[in-house]
Amino acid sequence: MKLDSMYQEIILDHYRNPHGKGLRDGDAEVHHVNPTCGDEITLRVKLDGAVVADVSYESQGCSISQASASVLNDLVVGKTVGEAQQVQEAFLELMQSKGQSEGDEEILEDAVAFAGVSKYPARVKCALLGWMAWKDATAKALAGRPSITD
Amino acid sequence: MTHSHLTGLLDTDAIRKDFPVLSRVLHDGKPLVYLDNAATSQKPRQVLDALNAYYERHNANVHRGVHVLAEEATALYEGARDKVAAFVNAPSRNEVIFTKNASESLNLVANMLGWADEPYRVDADSEIVITEMEHHSNIVPWQLLAQRTGAKLKWFGLTDEGRLDLSNIDELITEKTKIVSVTLVSNLLGTVNPVETIVRKAQSVGALVAIDASQAAPHAVLDVQALEADFVAFTGHKMLAPTGIGVLWGRQELLEDLPPFLGGGEMIETVTMGSSTYAPAPHKFEAGTPPIAQAVGLGAAIDYLSAIGMDKVAAHEHAITAYAIERLAEVPDLRIIGPRTAVDRGAAISFTLGDIHPHDVGQVLDEQGIAVRVGHHCARPVCLRYGIPATTRASFYLYSTPGEVDALIDGLHHVRNFFG
Repeated sequence: MKLDSMYQEIILDHYRNPHGKGLRDGDAEVHHVNPTCGDEITLRVKLDGAVVADVSYESQGCSISQASASVLNDLVVGKTVGEAQQVQEAFLELMQSKGQSEGDEEILEDAVAFAGVSKYPARVKCALLGWMAWKDATAKALAGRPSITD
Repeated sequence: MTHSHLTGLLDTDAIRKDFPVLSRVLHDGKPLVYLDNAATSQKPRQVLDALNAYYERHNANVHRGVHVLAEEATALYEGARDKVAAFVNAPSRNEVIFTKNASESLNLVANMLGWADEPYRVDADSEIVITEMEHHSNIVPWQLLAQRTGAKLKWFGLTDEGRLDLSNIDELITEKTKIVSVTLVSNLLGTVNPVETIVRKAQSVGALVAIDASQAAPHAVLDVQALEADFVAFTGHKMLAPTGIGVLWGRQELLEDLPPFLGGGEMIETVTMGSSTYAPAPHKFEAGTPPIAQAVGLGAAIDYLSAIGMDKVAAHEHAITAYAIERLAEVPDLRIIGPRTAVDRGAAISFTLGDIHPHDVGQVLDEQGIAVRVGHHCARPVCLRYGIPATTRASFYLYSTPGEVDALIDGLHHVRNFFG
């Protein structure tokens, strides 16, 4: 069934048991929304030198956006910012592939499960919400402009 | 499921034959179950034929040619205005302004009042009153007007049951109120509002009243004289007509006094390089080439609805809505956002399903051929009021069947199993 290509078991697992959820100390914070559906995420990035020390977040939204933020946390924490940005770019490319790419499992690990989501234009934004927030927060952290607002 | 206890249903077998799209089969054999009628309605063959006939035989610009086609196009366009006037029981056809949709109609009212002279002018001493259950199209134009003029924007709140809270009406509508703009039927909650109470109060302080009838005109008898409002806005595409055609009805003496908003061809009397004088209403408010074919399509849609009878359409939808509310109660963890009875209620039902996000509900329903709307339905303040990020909304129309309600219920059980 086509639906199973979107709701891979691995996605549902992350949705039910999200990794790294909750707000912790960070160097920068952003709040992103998906205006078409009301999905929201508040995300903080903590850097330790060149390494992504932590990605913490509070979010509300559909299974795809929740699972995606969980996978993001798994994939980027512990990597250098440069490595993590490569993962982010690979994920963005996968989500823009309109179902034509399977994703590089070497780089994307669990995130290749989102390949099926790229066939549903209305849901691509859900999958990218956390990743775009991370990109934005990391840029702010690197710019040395702490912007913790809450 | 047996449906023999339902009364007032239309002959949907016959009606559905008029709607080509309703016979579509999706996703490997699932018949389309179209329950997104509050977003837009499907179109009957009669409306599609009217559009085709217009373009194939009569297409011309209106009000300016002396040739046969121009005269025919003008007669068809102005004939559609007559049909709208009769449909809403307008005292005069000159009170019917064609716009592109209800949003434009409401923006037109806001701009008329922003540029008006006294006593209608909205300025820094004025107050504007709306409600918390408005569609964004009846919120944002008033926010813009308030920001530009310094006027104060106030609103009615909502009760826990999804009704308007009128308890503070005397504090909200005062001598300072210039305009009260309120929806007749909520697109998210389905609530039918007691606008007569609001109209009476507004009249007592000399305020104008605009009514957003977008979710009312398609579904029940709409009588602008009985409403006693000053403006009534609605859109064609939710009532079997094409997109791109909306209506603003306004009382004649107001339309004569109020200034135009958009300037251009068609809306003038004479033009010099220094200044212009304007055509009488409704043309004063219809600058530029109007949506001619779309107006003709709206006329055909009105013919279709009138042949069935709006009272019968309302009775059908009432029966379907009551049945849907009854059956939705069987689904565990389902919470209706809005009135939980079919009394004073339209045919849009919003709900949450446990903690399963509406996006996921809608996606799994779609896989079964069931089309619903998910999200905040352009009424985000309502979601904030009830502490929810979004809802799933099923909305019915004259071609909806009890069998489609059953399909929705089965689909929702499947959604629960899928994410359970």
